[in-house]
Amino acid sequence: STVLEGLKYANSHEWVKHEGSVATIGITAHAQDHLGEVVFVELPEDNTSVSKEKSFGAVESVKATSEILSPISGEIIEVNKKLTESPGLINSSPYEDGWMIKVKPSSPAELESLMGPKEYTKFCEEEDAAH
Amino acid sequence: ISVDAVKPSDTFPRRHNSATPDEQTHMAKFCGFDHIDSLIDATVPKSIRLDSMKFSKFDAGLTESQMIQHMVDLASKNKVFKSFIGMGYYNTHVPTVILRNIMENPAWYTQYTPYQAEISQGRLESLLNFQTVITDLTGLPMSNASLLDEGTAAAEAMAMCNNILKGKKKTFVIASNCHPQTIDVCKTRADGFDLKVVTSDLKDIDYSSGDVCGVLVQYPGTEGEVLDYAEFVKNAHANGVKVVMATDLLALTVLKPPGEFGADIVVGSAQRFGVPMGYGGPHAAFLATSQEYKRMMPGRIIGISVDSSGKQALRMAMQTREQHIRRDKATSNICTAQALLANMAAMYAVYHGPAGLKSIAQRVHGLAGIFSLGLNKLGVAEVQELPFFDTVKIKCSDAHAIADAASKSEINLRVVDSTTITASFDETTTLDDVDKLFKVFASGKPVPFTAESLAPEVQNSIPSSLTRESPYLTHPIFNMYHTEHELLRYIHKLQSKDLSLCHSMIPLGSCTMKLNATTEMMPVTWPSFTDIHPFAPVEQAQGYQEMFENLGDLLCTITGFDSFSLQPNAGAAGEYAGLMVIRAYHMSRGDHHRNVCIIPVSAHGTNPASAAMCGMKIITVGTDAKGNINIEEVRKAAEANKDNLAALMVTYPSTHGVYEEGIDEICNIIHENGGQVYMDGANMNAQVGLTSPGFIGADVCHLNLHKTFCIPHGGGGPGMGPIGVKNHLAPFLPSHPVIPTGGIPQPEKTAPLGAISAAPWGSALILPISYTYIAMMGSGGLTDASKIAILNANYMAKRLEKHYPVLFRGVNGTVAHEFIIDLRGFKNTAGIEPEDVAKRLMDYGFHGPTMSWPVPGTLMIEPTESESKAELDRFCDALISIREEIAQIEKGNADVQNNVLKGAPHPPSLLMADTWKKPYSREYAAFPAPWLRSSKFWPTTGRVDNVYGDRKLVCTLLPEEEQVAAAVSA
Repeated sequence: STVLEGLKYANSHEWVKHEGSVATIGITAHAQDHLGEVVFVELPEDNTSVSKEKSFGAVESVKATSEILSPISGEIIEVNKKLTESPGLINSSPYEDGWMIKVKPSSPAELESLMGPKEYTKFCEEEDAAH
Repeated sequence: ISVDAVKPSDTFPRRHNSATPDEQTHMAKFCGFDHIDSLIDATVPKSIRLDSMKFSKFDAGLTESQMIQHMVDLASKNKVFKSFIGMGYYNTHVPTVILRNIMENPAWYTQYTPYQAEISQGRLESLLNFQTVITDLTGLPMSNASLLDEGTAAAEAMAMCNNILKGKKKTFVIASNCHPQTIDVCKTRADGFDLKVVTSDLKDIDYSSGDVCGVLVQYPGTEGEVLDYAEFVKNAHANGVKVVMATDLLALTVLKPPGEFGADIVVGSAQRFGVPMGYGGPHAAFLATSQEYKRMMPGRIIGISVDSSGKQALRMAMQTREQHIRRDKATSNICTAQALLANMAAMYAVYHGPAGLKSIAQRVHGLAGIFSLGLNKLGVAEVQELPFFDTVKIKCSDAHAIADAASKSEINLRVVDSTTITASFDETTTLDDVDKLFKVFASGKPVPFTAESLAPEVQNSIPSSLTRESPYLTHPIFNMYHTEHELLRYIHKLQSKDLSLCHSMIPLGSCTMKLNATTEMMPVTWPSFTDIHPFAPVEQAQGYQEMFENLGDLLCTITGFDSFSLQPNAGAAGEYAGLMVIRAYHMSRGDHHRNVCIIPVSAHGTNPASAAMCGMKIITVGTDAKGNINIEEVRKAAEANKDNLAALMVTYPSTHGVYEEGIDEICNIIHENGGQVYMDGANMNAQVGLTSPGFIGADVCHLNLHKTFCIPHGGGGPGMGPIGVKNHLAPFLPSHPVIPTGGIPQPEKTAPLGAISAAPWGSALILPISYTYIAMMGSGGLTDASKIAILNANYMAKRLEKHYPVLFRGVNGTVAHEFIIDLRGFKNTAGIEPEDVAKRLMDYGFHGPTMSWPVPGTLMIEPTESESKAELDRFCDALISIREEIAQIEKGNADVQNNVLKGAPHPPSLLMADTWKKPYSREYAAFPAPWLRSSKFWPTTGRVDNVYGDRKLVCTLLPEEEQVAAAVSA
């Protein structure tokens, strides 16, 4: 699966794109591939906060329902409402149209603990081999 | 003539246990053992092996005719009085065409839950009819396909209110006009969610605390009143409170529906739609809600989708919310539904249609009206002035005296308090019955009129503001099958689409799809069992009570426990009840802090869901490479939590189909650290007579009577999940607010935890099935059943191991009563997944085994003891043939995308179409095995698209013009 340069990755298969004061969060191509076709996305409310490694929503496919954990802490400033009508965006465009929330990070240092693209690619390979 | 030659010829075990002694030896030898007993000795660990099992009754087993005679005797001890008790249970005329062709028909009652949609379109249609009945009558757009009973449906609605408000408001208000059993079940359930239940008179309900998540009211009320809830709902909503309304389907044919008041969730029971009272159940309860909350709805939901050729097809929707995937995050622990009873209720609506149902309702209302008018004329009692539908509330000077007089005329009334009586009328009430009631109330004075003579004077009691105006059941299905011929053919049309045990073995792992013998089923439809109200005086149900006592005693012997509760209505309900018993035990000792539950990762997903519902904190422990629970991890978890340990939940033999060696040690570890051991009885079929939960060291265990003890699966319910406990837990077993009950045999002390189900003994009507099974098998027959179930599984594993890897085995290389074959490798070698194999099995005339549980990418096979060697061989032959089809893909002889597995199943519409573009022949697609030539079960649709249906959720019948549109847009 595709892994993009310039993004940070969590071991629970979410990505973060940090631009200025905004961090965009979604699930990786690898994660959507394992879930299969997404049929429903449960999203948080606007103006709530998320904490690192805590669930902020869930993605339902016909195979599984998976909690989505936030890779970083912060205030939610925008939620991708398009996913409610078109959950398949997570499959067709996991890094672009399928983004889930935009957050104002409360402790940007948390980003340092996440994986880079090379590290994440290796992580996925190892995880697949273990199963 | 020898004495043996003149003994009864109708013994039962040889009809149930399939393999003859010769076959047993042959099969054991095939597995590398000289005798079945040596195979069993190698399989069941010595340290937990019982020497023998002996019953105090029926030890040798009754013959089939002796059994029937015994049940006739019990039936004669039940006294069927005319019931006016109401309270959610009403007598009804079960249309005989439905009685014989659904309730007594194995083609409807032996099916499994419709997970394999392509061979289940018949009952899926019927369940969609059920959902449409519920949505039409309640006026809310989304309904599930049934819940266990009205009380638990209300408790599920309470949990939904809590979830909708994200657990931020912790009070749930229940109006005192709800049935007492509904209130009690909610109270029990609230405990685990840390919710506070406040019961309040309707007019005193107060939301000023700001802490209320929901309110439950009843419409019509338990004492009959029909109130206008319009302002009530507005006020609740203005305070941010969700409104749950418990209601009655027959009343809704003439009353303004709850949806039009703005109710958020509506619950109730479909019992009076042609399902007998049966001393408490089984019945189909329902839950309906708005579009907004549809994804929070518990239970199974049938939805519309399309198949591989774009035609409309049905399947279960949103399955991933189920606990086997979401575990402790699941919205509810409910698995089993009441499919058979939901189907009966739906067919009742199909048979009567909207006009027929309305005339039944008007007749019931008319009889209640005559009764009310007559009492007023007699002047002996005061009749409540509020509008009513079917229940008349009467104030009198001595309620008990009147109830006693009624009893002499074989009539049961409800005594609310010493001066209040209610009388509920139903479909079976006649003018004669009303005349008898007049006599009772007149207490010896002459009655100067007859019920018939009063009829012309009676006014409709329902005000126009509460009269139903919106149409219902307008779909053609409810308007075309009103003659018996038409309904008979509709029932047969649907059943012919569904694969059941009438066709072939259903080898679902962890489901124990064994024989549901005819003799076991017969008493279930006898009037002396069906027509008794659950709250009838116990003296009238002595036949039932004797059976409960005998059954409790037999189950105690089988499980090694001291007392049983028959109340829980399903396996998951049993898990919940058992954990609540453990919780009550800890609390009684002042150990309120004990709330940690250890659950192995291999557990059935309902385990963590049930534990979460009891407010327990779940700690997951792993398994080792052989699939066994990691004992060191259990020890560490138990020791680390020794001050707060409540329980361990463990399945035995394990969900991996293995008798784990260390089970007794695991139980010791938990006990040493202050915890209790909960055993999941799903795999009890591998224990009976060989070992027992009590002997192994468990403190409490539920039994799935619909697995090990022969209650048929009913196409997705009913089930039953009684729990057995050791002495120290017996005082806490569930009771009931109307008819006090507790453990059987009764313990010395009692401190019941509350009610778990709406009825005192759960689904009493189906207990004769398990009872007769045990009594006819005797201790020897039951022990043989366990042995043969193990033999059959080992025989199949042996036949299949050359073709598929068998995943887990015990220390001596054998499996328990079920086993797992590993298909994970085929994803890489041939692009094949377990679903492809399951769908291809349909072309061979079989239902697939359990798919991707407990290990993703595998199939779990459980043959049971009642399948013959010939049938086991046929199933193995099918799987071996499919393995060869996979090999053709691996070798490059068949296309990875377009092959006979990916194209499966192959319905006639696909095979007979003018064009055929597949790279394999139609003949091979349809007839891959020789037995199919003489008889073939045809799937009725191509592979059903789950994604399409889950993205566009439609859960009610579509008008015909929209069906076409759906097909085109697909």
